[in-house]
Amino acid sequence: MLLLTCPHCGVTAEETEFAPGGEAHLKRFGPGSDDDAFEAYMFNRKNPMGVHFERWRHAYGCGKWFIAARCTVTLEVFGTYPAQTTEPPAGIVETIKAKRPEWEGYK
Amino acid sequence: MSRRLASGGRLIDRARPLKFTFNDQHMSGFAGDTLASAMLGRGQVLAGRSFKYHRPRGVVASGAEEPNALVGLGKGERFEPNQRTTTTELFDGLSATSQNHWPSLEFDLLAANNLVPQFLTAGFYYKTFLRPRAFWKHVYEPIIRRSAGLGRAPDAESRDPDRYELVYGFADVLVIGGGVAGLQAALAAGRAGARVMLWEQTAHWGGRAPVDGVEIDGQPADSWIKSAVEALEGMENVSLRLRCMGAGVHDHGYVLGNERVADHLPGASGPRQRLWRVRADRVITATGAIERPLSFAGNDLPGVMLASAVRDYVVNWAVSPGRTVVVTNNDDAYRTAIALKEAGEDVPVIADARDEATGALPQKARDLGIRIMTGTGVQKVKGGKTVTGVALCRIDSDGSTHTEVLDCDAVAMSGGWSPVVHLWSHCGGKLIWDDAQAFFRPDPDRPPLGHDGAGFVACAGAASGALGAGDGLADAHAAGAAAARDTGATGDAGHPARAEAPEEAPLRQVWIMPARAGYALRMKMWLDFQNDVKVSDVQLAAREGYHSVEHTKRYTTLGMATDQGKLSNINGLAVLSDALDQPIPATGTTTFRPPYTPITLGAISGEAKGDLFQPLRRTPMHDWHAANGVHWEPVGQWRRPFAYLRAGEDVHQSVNREVLNARSNIGLLDASTLGKILVSGPDAGRFLDMLYTNMMSTLRPGKCRYGLMCNENGFLMDDGVVARLDEQSFLVHTTSGGADHIHGWMEDWLQCEWWDWKVHTVNLTEQFAQIAVVGPKARALLERLGGMDLSREALPFMGWAEGTLGGVRARVFRISFSGELSFEVAVPAAQGRAFWDMLLHQGRDLGVMPYGTEALHILRAEKGFIMIGDETDGTVIPQDLNLNWAISKKKDDFLGKRGMERVAMTDPDRWKLVGLETLDGSVLPHGALAVVEGVNANGQAQTEGRVTSSYYSATLGRGIAMALVRRGPDRMGEVLRFAGAHDARIEARIVDPVLHDKDGEKLHG
Amino acid sequence: MKRYSAFAIFREALRQHQGWTEAWPSPEPRDRYDVVIVGAGGHGLATAYYLGKNHGITNVAVIDKGWLGGGNTGRNTTIIRSNYLQDPSAAIYEKSRSLYETLSQDLNYNIMFSPRGVMMLAQTEHEKRGYLRTERANALQGVDTRFIGPAEVKKLVPIINLDGPRYPVLGALWQARAGTARHDAVAWGYARACSAMGMHVIEQCAVTGVESAGGQVTAVNTTRGTIGCGKLGIVVAGHSGKLADMAGFRLPVESVALQALVSEPIKPCIDVVVMANTVHGYMSQSDKGEMVIGGGADGYNNYTQRGSWHHIEETVRALCETFPMISRLKMLRQWGGIVDMTGDRSPIISKTPLEGCFINCGWGTGGFKAIPGSGWAMAELMAKGNAPLADAFSMYRFREGRFIDESVAAGVAH
Repeated sequence: MLLLTCPHCGVTAEETEFAPGGEAHLKRFGPGSDDDAFEAYMFNRKNPMGVHFERWRHAYGCGKWFIAARCTVTLEVFGTYPAQTTEPPAGIVETIKAKRPEWEGYK
Repeated sequence: MSRRLASGGRLIDRARPLKFTFNDQHMSGFAGDTLASAMLGRGQVLAGRSFKYHRPRGVVASGAEEPNALVGLGKGERFEPNQRTTTTELFDGLSATSQNHWPSLEFDLLAANNLVPQFLTAGFYYKTFLRPRAFWKHVYEPIIRRSAGLGRAPDAESRDPDRYELVYGFADVLVIGGGVAGLQAALAAGRAGARVMLWEQTAHWGGRAPVDGVEIDGQPADSWIKSAVEALEGMENVSLRLRCMGAGVHDHGYVLGNERVADHLPGASGPRQRLWRVRADRVITATGAIERPLSFAGNDLPGVMLASAVRDYVVNWAVSPGRTVVVTNNDDAYRTAIALKEAGEDVPVIADARDEATGALPQKARDLGIRIMTGTGVQKVKGGKTVTGVALCRIDSDGSTHTEVLDCDAVAMSGGWSPVVHLWSHCGGKLIWDDAQAFFRPDPDRPPLGHDGAGFVACAGAASGALGAGDGLADAHAAGAAAARDTGATGDAGHPARAEAPEEAPLRQVWIMPARAGYALRMKMWLDFQNDVKVSDVQLAAREGYHSVEHTKRYTTLGMATDQGKLSNINGLAVLSDALDQPIPATGTTTFRPPYTPITLGAISGEAKGDLFQPLRRTPMHDWHAANGVHWEPVGQWRRPFAYLRAGEDVHQSVNREVLNARSNIGLLDASTLGKILVSGPDAGRFLDMLYTNMMSTLRPGKCRYGLMCNENGFLMDDGVVARLDEQSFLVHTTSGGADHIHGWMEDWLQCEWWDWKVHTVNLTEQFAQIAVVGPKARALLERLGGMDLSREALPFMGWAEGTLGGVRARVFRISFSGELSFEVAVPAAQGRAFWDMLLHQGRDLGVMPYGTEALHILRAEKGFIMIGDETDGTVIPQDLNLNWAISKKKDDFLGKRGMERVAMTDPDRWKLVGLETLDGSVLPHGALAVVEGVNANGQAQTEGRVTSSYYSATLGRGIAMALVRRGPDRMGEVLRFAGAHDARIEARIVDPVLHDKDGEKLHG
Repeated sequence: MKRYSAFAIFREALRQHQGWTEAWPSPEPRDRYDVVIVGAGGHGLATAYYLGKNHGITNVAVIDKGWLGGGNTGRNTTIIRSNYLQDPSAAIYEKSRSLYETLSQDLNYNIMFSPRGVMMLAQTEHEKRGYLRTERANALQGVDTRFIGPAEVKKLVPIINLDGPRYPVLGALWQARAGTARHDAVAWGYARACSAMGMHVIEQCAVTGVESAGGQVTAVNTTRGTIGCGKLGIVVAGHSGKLADMAGFRLPVESVALQALVSEPIKPCIDVVVMANTVHGYMSQSDKGEMVIGGGADGYNNYTQRGSWHHIEETVRALCETFPMISRLKMLRQWGGIVDMTGDRSPIISKTPLEGCFINCGWGTGGFKAIPGSGWAMAELMAKGNAPLADAFSMYRFREGRFIDESVAAGVAH
């Protein structure tokens, strides 16, 4: 039962107050994209054992989407930030690097 | 023979006798007794039968770790199997029955299993019952199932009459375990100012310390405990709770507690149990330690008990097992001998596996005149249904000869102690092997991690491996103070109490007794008393290659009983390690899983049963439906009328009546459950163009347009009518089941992809009641209400208007899902019922009549309109439904466009929508498949189409159907063969899906 | 290999069971095998077994980073059924179910297949239509199922409450020849049979890399040295992504936690498996007497083998509502497994971009029932380069849009 903090309204709440939305920072490929790109966008996921960037919606709260950086092995949450960004904020990346020196980075 | 002592018993109140029955025999005990102490006090040693061999079983422990003394408790609807007598508080009128025997506890025919234990070894069933094949299902398995299973099943129709409560709690520091360590940890954290919760699973504070004769701060343990509890009760930031078992530690400090509020007060008002769901910043587990049995031949006979349990029964409940031989590998068990002796009981000998016993406790025993034999163990226990004696032998021998045989009633055994590390381990806390003390203890450097990556569980006292009372209190104080500090408390935690207890000499690791015991003895040494797993079984598992501790557990069922191995695990893995010739830590432990002790399923459910099982969404007209013959259909959390039954009708007759009435007079549909989402803002049109396959931005205010939504795979997800309210606002109608999902879907794209677009969405579904007024006389009825011009000219098909109808503010949409003249009227939810009543009243002479979802389905099917969930199933694209007209060719992009371009989606062989007409007029079975000759590579019949909707049409007087058929629209007039029941084939002709009013005459009224 | 029988037990009993040998020995890895299978769970071991039995390929090693059968094989709710909707699913699950019927005899190891019957309750009109559709499809797929009415449901399951106030039981899809089996025994039985054919089953041997030359797999690096291979089969469920990464390709797979629980054992009171998908729960009673209960999966990536508590609450509620008499039984143990979910929730049995490397994964919440069929198909694919049962389950189906969507037939975990 995870504990997450919504970066929009600042509420720290039970997992049941949120709805998970899968891997974050996917780039959408629409008409005109090639098969590889479209397949990767739709299906291929990093599914890492370790640091994962994932979308959550504060579904039973403020209704806003945000992104959590979380370890899929220890479940530690390194931080959350609004979904309106194309890549993790530098501060979050620094936090993760400090805690997980072996982490290969976001890309 | 066990019996009640004439005096003593710190927990019982002899002034309050309580009556109970065991196997219908009337017995009595005292307030403060457990069922186990009361039974032993009455001389009832035999309590049940074991799982596999049906061997006689008596109490072995005094607490939650008890594997043997399980009974069926209560009667009728309150009957509950597998209750531990050791944790069941006695109450007046308690009724208990023993388990797992036939015909009786004393004489169990199934104990025949026990005559051939050499055949029923670990895993024997994997090796046999192989032939003949049919025998497994019909003969072997039923026998095995009946002989296993422990407690009786509650009656099939029994309904638990008790209530259960779910409670949320929050704490800075949650201390689990109310022994002296838990009290000390709570004191430290409480004094420091943290918000503290303290739970104790039994009905008493203080744990074992009073029984062990510990002195704390110069006073007897009991009085220190009393003052500690008083001090804690005096702190506003501390809450204490007895009878509350820490059941599970889950991720991020989520802890479950099972409080047995009224188990000992059956029938009392209020909940029987309470499930606590607590978020704690820090958790301290002060859960103590559990004594280990010793493995010697006959250690499972009733009367062989843990030394600590014997001590508990003597001191707490003034119950003695009788003349008791103590067998040990440590000093602690001497306390039992001393307690027995001081209570006036006979202790013929203490057999100590160690070569010498020179500590303070052995000395005290000697001073009391108890004979001590060192280097000695039990060769075997003598007796049948209870212990009658023991044969002793040299500990290092092979046990072929005994040194002495003694008569006795009981054997008190102690193989050392193991910290209770369950809660520490639930969430990933790691253990280390402490070879000096011969146990696994928590490794404080590898705790379970919380959401912030910091360890959030600490152990205190014996649970952390500090077995002595002095060390334990210091350890607990440190844990409490540190936890409080971690949560930001800044107060002074004070000082730990100081305990006085005799020094104890190290134990000797003894895993089987005697050390070189031969097979005949080893196959009588029980490890798991309930599941009948013996030393020889574990050794056999090792020989057969089940080397992983998990394999051995699963192969032998060691530790899989209702005590989950609390007594057997360490002994079992020590035996396994020995068999594999590897150190114990290399073998490791099995995984500790919640709950610590079993919790009632009813308590997990809480109040959510019956009408409260799930939230119920009700439309404003819900009560009217309920009062007018409704046959409900659950749709998500809504309930919608399937049909309204009139006197003498069955459902089908009602549906047919409703269909015909809507076609000839007026039907009313409660459409309030339809999703209604307001989409507004400068980019609203652009946004809807992305969401829908067709163009929405070109829709003019005052107009409606039907649209399709696909997911990114191109599969049809939802459909509905969009009304443009003004330049910047659209009202999106979705399916009933889709409203929340589609609203979430919109927000997903707006927030996560196109966050620079200026669009605002609101889900208004519950703000409006919506009623479809359908049928040739629909306009006449609405005109009667007055207030709006609803003429053909003023409000043409696919237009909408706002105004007042019969005094109610209304939006009227001129749309039709039935092919009839139809208006969908939305009014504020609060006025929905009044408006509904008004329509019924005003339309009485026009033949107004409500219809349900089934009539809705038929009306639309007669017109060939698709239904999401029938014609679509998550694998259908709009093109399959001949809805190409609703797929814009002008748009560069919309959700699903790229997905539809994939090779499988453009395959001309895809199954497409057609109508069907059975040649004999019958109704095709739902889901029937059209069959063609031959089979595929996997031997399955080849098919070329499938019925997606099939109904009896009262309008047409025959069966109608829609289907997806390979290249269907190109094959009009062809006759397909659909598979019916068994091998029957039903012939049906492919026709246009529009079967009624093909020219749409009726639509305009 | 010593054959198992009542007689063998009798003979051994007379000599204190000293004659039993290891069910599967623990050999040191050789330098090279014709085939290396990574993952000694049910699917991996079954693949090896049918490579030997059906295709005569016995120079095979099955390696595992932990103990065999320690993944989802040993932590599922043991349901075996084949009442799937789509043709490819019905084909492989029915093949599997039929292999289960004789598996104890084939392996000479009693895996306790118990064809007690599985029913899936219909509790909404929509669900009922879905099961009627499945019934029609199954009839043509050679899967023996039948939609039964509430009275027959009650007869088969006397403890059921048909008239719950929220979701009355409208009927059920009933597969009489479906059932359960002893999950660990399936892995152990296959491992023993593989060893008997001379294959190596090697535990505690983790893969650290995959070697290739010219686009063809050549070896795996392991914690016990490099092992050469002609062909490589990756059958590692939740860890498929990691292995695929080593082999240089990506998979449409995500790993999430699925939980289950058992009650304390009681005497037999329910003789069939009941799945209630509308309310998210399923239950059967094991031969030991425990109620074996499962429910929904978490929605976020997770490798902890623990799940979120609220799923347990939801499942237990659903089942207390369906079977009110269980309210006073107690939960003995709960646990989680890591299930690998694909984009359409159907499995992958496929060639991969790396020549000679094959993958079998994505069984999600329903892999146990598929073990024999999956092994059969995977072995054929590896031996011959194609297999009708595996055909539709190619990993390339996603890019082509050829989904195998079973959501109509099974709303939740199976």
